[in-house]
Amino acid sequence: MLKILKYSFKDIFRSKWLLIYFGFFFVSTWFLLYFTNDPSKGLVSLLNIILMLIPLMAIVFSTIYFYNAREFTELLLAQPIRRHAIFTGQYLGLSLSMAGSFFLGSGIPFLFFGVQNSDSSGSLINMLLMGVLLSFVFSALAFAISIYNENRIKGFGLAILVWLVMAIVYDGIFIYLMVRFSDYPLEKPAIALSLLNPIDLARINILLQLDISALMGYTGAIFNKFFGTAMGMAVSVIAMLFWTLIPLFLYLRKAGRKDF
Amino acid sequence: MTVKRLITAFLPILIWSGGLAARQSLSVCPDCPLKTLSEAIAAARPFDTIYLQKGIYYENDVDINKPLIIIGVGFPVIDGQEKGEILRITADSVLLTGVEVRNVGTSYIRDQAGIYLKEVKDVRVVGNRLINTFFGIYLEYSQQVLISGNYIEGRAKDELSSANAIHLWKCHKVHITGNFATGHRDGIYLEFVDSSLIENNESTRNLRYGLHFMFSNDDSYFNNRFVENGVGVAVMYSDRIEMTGNDFTHNWSPVSYGLLLKEIRYSKIWHNKFLKNTTAIYMENTIESDVFENDFISNGWGVKIMGNCEEVVFHSNNFKGNSFDVSTNAKQNYNKFNHNYWSAYTGYDLDHDGTGDIPFRPVKLFAYLVEQVPASIILLRSPFMELLNHAENVMPVITPETLKDESPKMKPITW
Repeated sequence: MLKILKYSFKDIFRSKWLLIYFGFFFVSTWFLLYFTNDPSKGLVSLLNIILMLIPLMAIVFSTIYFYNAREFTELLLAQPIRRHAIFTGQYLGLSLSMAGSFFLGSGIPFLFFGVQNSDSSGSLINMLLMGVLLSFVFSALAFAISIYNENRIKGFGLAILVWLVMAIVYDGIFIYLMVRFSDYPLEKPAIALSLLNPIDLARINILLQLDISALMGYTGAIFNKFFGTAMGMAVSVIAMLFWTLIPLFLYLRKAGRKDF
Repeated sequence: MTVKRLITAFLPILIWSGGLAARQSLSVCPDCPLKTLSEAIAAARPFDTIYLQKGIYYENDVDINKPLIIIGVGFPVIDGQEKGEILRITADSVLLTGVEVRNVGTSYIRDQAGIYLKEVKDVRVVGNRLINTFFGIYLEYSQQVLISGNYIEGRAKDELSSANAIHLWKCHKVHITGNFATGHRDGIYLEFVDSSLIENNESTRNLRYGLHFMFSNDDSYFNNRFVENGVGVAVMYSDRIEMTGNDFTHNWSPVSYGLLLKEIRYSKIWHNKFLKNTTAIYMENTIESDVFENDFISNGWGVKIMGNCEEVVFHSNNFKGNSFDVSTNAKQNYNKFNHNYWSAYTGYDLDHDGTGDIPFRPVKLFAYLVEQVPASIILLRSPFMELLNHAENVMPVITPETLKDESPKMKPITW
């Protein structure tokens, strides 16, 4: 499996887009910090990048990668290697390299601007961690979608749809339900609903550091009590892991049986 | 010239010098002839000086009923053993300094205080320590009093069984300066107190308010620090209050405000710094007041302005990194926002005059939504909400159309 991982790593590096991916984060974070001159304000803008672009890029690149690597996969399948090793290796190779290039691309500029000495260093590490987790979640989703769809166009469309729903439509439905049922106590359903969407989970996790003042308000305090404690943190990270493991499991199960 | 006339002419001088000669100083210590402060007061004549030497004195209800100077040497302790009131000043022109007053009893019926001033004038309470008090310093029907440099520490657990560090009732011309108040219900409490000045105090970790005005007019508070109280300062039912140069920091709790204004008129708020409060300023029924040159930094809500506020002018303030800059519960707006700096402003300045070319609307649709459905705060900074905010910004339907800053500054304002 490690060998496969190494091969797909090399393959991704050769195609240069990983470098572009890294460069994008590096340049955009650099510019954010350069123009705002204030790490805490840079963090807010970075938040939008993490919530919108990481899921989008992860899901799009992973779908493309999976379809493009099909011939190579078929070649590997002809060799005496366990199927699980091939597919797990491919997934890890891709998601690790994407998470890594995001982590370094966004992290290095912050180091240059001296964030490690300011009081926002905790929120930065938390934010980078959430970005990494989101990369894992969305590449797993992309792999699951692509293996279930032979048709590239269909798979690609579905992947974009999944991103659109999770990044935007879900919150629209969320707020609609909240306003519609505003006469009822909504705190617990709201927590449950946010556990069902990895992007919301990441956002709330970051908010707990960034907007702590607002979350100390009357209702916010309830969320803070849940997500702000070690227990809540654990629950939200575990929920994110589930969001990675379930698609991954579906993907591997299908891959194990599929007739290529 | 008769002798009688001569005496009449010099009588004032005679009395004055006689008084001077009569002034004496008494010393109190555990081994002296005078063993307690009460004995010393009984033995003293008006305008005598009492030196209270270092030691612990177990006394209650000490009545300072003559104009005396009482000086503690090396912080003597007067311990009330939680049995009730400790010192009561009922004479004018008393100076009390350098004394530690400890352990006032809690009472639900009497207003028991460490130092109680009743119907007095020209009294100075300077540089004392009050530890574990119910009421710390209590003033009633007094005027021209100086409360300065006292350290007041309580051990309040809940609002019901606690009282205020410095409590003023129906006073005027009181000067409260350089005190430190903590662990009480309110740090400084004023009710029916006029023309008074409160400056350079620090009020932290009080259960309810750091400083509290009720029905008090023409007062000022300058350069105070209010940190981690339930509410930093509450100003209620008062007119013409000047609030300048204060620090409101970390006033965090579910119902917490840096500054709470209720039924206030003709007041001035300037050069204050609001840092990381749940809500920096909450305004209800505030009329014709000016808020200018303040810093609002990293608060949950910068300003919560209720629909019944009128003619409040916000200008030249800095709003930086607040989760919500301004929120309101009304669709109409009768207040003005001018020349403020908003870190959330995304407009441009083509003519480079330092003022943005398009107005800034500080009330976001989402802030309005949170006001209606508090639980929706969980969607804070959601990309979907940002989209809605942008749409509302372009075509205001729900948020007050006139609540906008026509001339937002491009750079933070310095003063």
